[in-house]
Amino acid sequence: MKPAKFEYHKPETLDEALTLLAEYGDEARVIAGGQSLVPMMNIRLARPDHLIDINGIDDLSQIRLENGSVAIGALVRHREIEHSAQLAQACPPLPAAACNIGHYALRARGTIGGSLALADPAAEFPLMATLLDAEFVARSGAGERSVPSHEFFVSVFTTALEPEEILTAVRFRTLAQSEGWGFRWFSRRVGDYALVNAAAIVALKDEGRIHRIAMVLGGVGATPVRLTGLEQESVGAEASAGWVREISSAAAARVEPGGDKHASAEYRRELVELLLAGALEDAIDRCRGRQAA
Amino acid sequence: MNRIAFTLTVNAMACEVVAEPRKLLSDVLREDLRLTGTHVGCEHGVCGACTVLVDGAPARACLIFAIQMQCREITTVEGLTPAEGLSPLQQALHEEHGLQCGYCTPGIITTFEAFLRENPKPTDDEIREVLSGNLCRCTGYANIVRAIRKAAQIMRKGTAA
Repeated sequence: MKPAKFEYHKPETLDEALTLLAEYGDEARVIAGGQSLVPMMNIRLARPDHLIDINGIDDLSQIRLENGSVAIGALVRHREIEHSAQLAQACPPLPAAACNIGHYALRARGTIGGSLALADPAAEFPLMATLLDAEFVARSGAGERSVPSHEFFVSVFTTALEPEEILTAVRFRTLAQSEGWGFRWFSRRVGDYALVNAAAIVALKDEGRIHRIAMVLGGVGATPVRLTGLEQESVGAEASAGWVREISSAAAARVEPGGDKHASAEYRRELVELLLAGALEDAIDRCRGRQAA
Repeated sequence: MNRIAFTLTVNAMACEVVAEPRKLLSDVLREDLRLTGTHVGCEHGVCGACTVLVDGAPARACLIFAIQMQCREITTVEGLTPAEGLSPLQQALHEEHGLQCGYCTPGIITTFEAFLRENPKPTDDEIREVLSGNLCRCTGYANIVRAIRKAAQIMRKGTAA
């Protein structure tokens, strides 16, 4: 099918874009890579009257390392994150997530800002944003505000962004030398959204006891689910194979995944157990590898 | 209709277009510029048949509005075909029986022109991972993988010479 009629705007600066957005609000959509918005327009699930193309705004395309965090501009393409040497060093879960998104051609065009603003609960970047305590920088004509990831993702395809706001950048924490990470997913075909995905960060101390831990699951609710309760209970535990099995089955028992035509709730629960265990094993292995190095 | 006049650079030629902003790049290439080598399959970014190069990077022409492409360099399969004969990738697809109906072929050629430039010596796994973005309903993919491997070899020799 073909998209419905719209008026096209190509602002050259962020201020210009914000003025347009203030004027048109709900009637406008911002287009970055367009890899999710244009399919929705083609099948007319989205019919904006105004399309605001932010691709010409230069200052949204930077990756900047700051003290203990990395700020990524909303227009940074998946493939830049996939191939970024500084991210591979400072925050390796992000390139690992990026290279798993869609297909080669989609990664060349899709943007991190677009993926996060879309807020698909099984997508890679929302999962990583939740794992890495991301701060979302939202700008409107009235100014700038910072939204933490647990407030940013409201529900399926729904974020805390107001109609007159543009997501300009996202700040992720970087990994400490003592931390290891893991990321596992399952989808039926390469390039599909995962049925379930899981990511973890672990830091060990005192001969293999959990010092710090973060665990997140995607595809099991309306937003990515951070396992805060289990994280707290895990501190001090010995990071053994038995503990990994225990914590993964506890996570599977606690989440409330929905069932749909792609997978039953029961099947998703099994995936949670399997994938979280894998992510934790990888995180612990990497952690031990880093300590040995 | 809110038709707008703008200029596109396609295969190194400046082309004047008058089209509505909602017109997809794939449709402008085929209907306005008569470049029908770019095929249209699913129109939602899944099948890969409409893949073109935008500033050298692969992109689904069905997920871009033509009006967005002012000041960009677009390359279609026509632009990748030599005046005489076939490109190494085209020749290898022909020799290795990497196509039957040919519908998916232009998208595979554009995708792998970009990929082999970036990765001149890919493993079969890497070829398959990239090829997963282009649906082929005839070949079963095995001959396409073989053709791409062969083309990569020929292209490496070509740049070494």
